[in-house]
Amino acid sequence: MIFLDNLMNGLSLGSIYAIIALGYTMVYGIAKMLNFAHGDVIMVGAYIAFCGLQYWGLPPIVAILAAMVVCTVLGITIEGLAYRPLRQAASLAVLITAIGMSYLLQNVALMIWGANPKSFPRTFINSSILHIGGLNVSSATIYTILANVVIMIALTLFTAKTKMGKAMRCVSEDRGAAELMGINVNRTISVTFAIGSALAAIAGVLLCSSYPILQPTTGSMPGIKAFTAAVFGGIGSIPGAMLGGVLLGVIEIFGKAYISTELGDAIVFAVLIVVLLVKPSGLLGKPVREKV
Amino acid sequence: MSEVQTAAPLLRVNDLHVYYGAIHAIKGISLEVHENEIVTLIGANGAGKSTTLNTIAGLLKPRQGTVELHGAVLNGLGASKIVPKGLSLCPEGRRIFQQMTVKENLEMGAYSRDPAEIPASLDEMFQRFPRLKERERQIAGTLSGGEQQMLAMARALMSRPKLLMLDEPSMGLAPILVEQIFDIITELHQSGATILLVEQNAQMALAVADRAYVMETGVITMQGPAQELLHNDAVQKAYLGS
Ligand SMILES: Nc1ncnc2c1ncn2[C@@H]1O[C@H](COP(=O)(O)OP(=O)(O)OP(=O)(O)O)[C@@H](O)[C@H]1O
Ligand SMILES: [Mg+2]
Repeated sequence: MIFLDNLMNGLSLGSIYAIIALGYTMVYGIAKMLNFAHGDVIMVGAYIAFCGLQYWGLPPIVAILAAMVVCTVLGITIEGLAYRPLRQAASLAVLITAIGMSYLLQNVALMIWGANPKSFPRTFINSSILHIGGLNVSSATIYTILANVVIMIALTLFTAKTKMGKAMRCVSEDRGAAELMGINVNRTISVTFAIGSALAAIAGVLLCSSYPILQPTTGSMPGIKAFTAAVFGGIGSIPGAMLGGVLLGVIEIFGKAYISTELGDAIVFAVLIVVLLVKPSGLLGKPVREKV
Repeated sequence: MSEVQTAAPLLRVNDLHVYYGAIHAIKGISLEVHENEIVTLIGANGAGKSTTLNTIAGLLKPRQGTVELHGAVLNGLGASKIVPKGLSLCPEGRRIFQQMTVKENLEMGAYSRDPAEIPASLDEMFQRFPRLKERERQIAGTLSGGEQQMLAMARALMSRPKLLMLDEPSMGLAPILVEQIFDIITELHQSGATILLVEQNAQMALAVADRAYVMETGVITMQGPAQELLHNDAVQKAYLGS
């Protein structure tokens, strides 16, 4: 039973990583950049939801929607102001800009909300513990896993069926050829940031529902782990982000439970290194093809 | 091919200069394509043929000069806004979407058109390229080289361009397939298409074209009716290997 409890916790944590990793992987696949500020968008989303619940008296669903709207606008703004002018620049310049953006968000959050950790309020998400058989499962676990499954299905359908989804696949494969089809690449990249950031808001709420301590650095570690998950699963691949995220969460929880609490994170990164040595493109990543 | 010369050209390129950083790749070229013409641009490797087509299509920005379609200036618009104006480039190296199906590739070609019109255009392409019909659901990356070229051409046609630009459609294909591609070009011409064709295979390009331009390191050195250039001594020496 302890084993199953751990498994559920792992799946839940992994689902959060997966939802964050989707943002990294979509932006990487389409804009060909690592948006290291993504983790901090999660933190902003969590703060907005926190304010909605704590100060503005919003119902939880409305607070979550508010967080999603703010993060979407934030994501589009970051892309438009900081990354778009660097579209032709060296990738190193973009990377450094993204790191700078990450610190900017953290420091603005520090100014607005202060350094003291806030305790994230209880909502319907983490209201109860369910007893299923001998298993004790928090409702947050159920909601998190459910959210992950729904998001996975929705995104898969979106990229497979919709016009914008197909345009994203084109831009991700060959930006120039996509332009020759009449696809507005800048708009496609904006939409990608919008989706990734809205998902970050959801991830922020779910994260703080399970681990209810909120401070300006809250997004950093989950952000880095989710980035790891995206690489682990094969960066650029949507199912890869899902698989990588979930596996990473499970490995982390099992590592902490059965090997060593202190070494939990080290185990996570050790697994990443081994996978990348054996399969450099990640679990579901496609090896980089040379153009003929 | 004679009476169209009097009308205003469909495409007019005037004194175009294009740079890659400090490299001056196109040094002031001017050319025209009239409605219902096939015009070919031939020249050695690195002469600047692809650069010219990419600039006309809006993938590259000229530092100087203009590109006009039906008298409307296109420069500065960017490729995605030029396609709906009636100009389509089938790029060098095909650049089909390898991970999409044949049908999806064709649909992407019609991205800027009314979705309601797409099924009819698809049927039209499948009639012209029956091989693509058989492989409708196949992932494009698994097609043979010849099939990929046909897909790239069909995809470029899906936008219903007033001017179709083809960049080395015969590249890397077996002789039999090269013939097939040129047959298709001739057929397109007969059904009223206007084509700007870039080719390494100068012999075949001159055989199907109405007029031709010869490019050398960023400038146009010769131009005239294709048949004349085909029998011109200098062209024969340089590009036809005789
Ligand atoms: N991306 C680039 N960066 C720098 N220089 C380039 C770039 N692309 C092309 N060039 C240079 O511009 C010149 C013209 O190249 P272009 O590709 O237009 O030639 P081409 O006539 O199409 O040749 P080919 O027949 O080999 O396709 C060449 O000297 C080439 O080296
Ligand atoms: Mg070329």
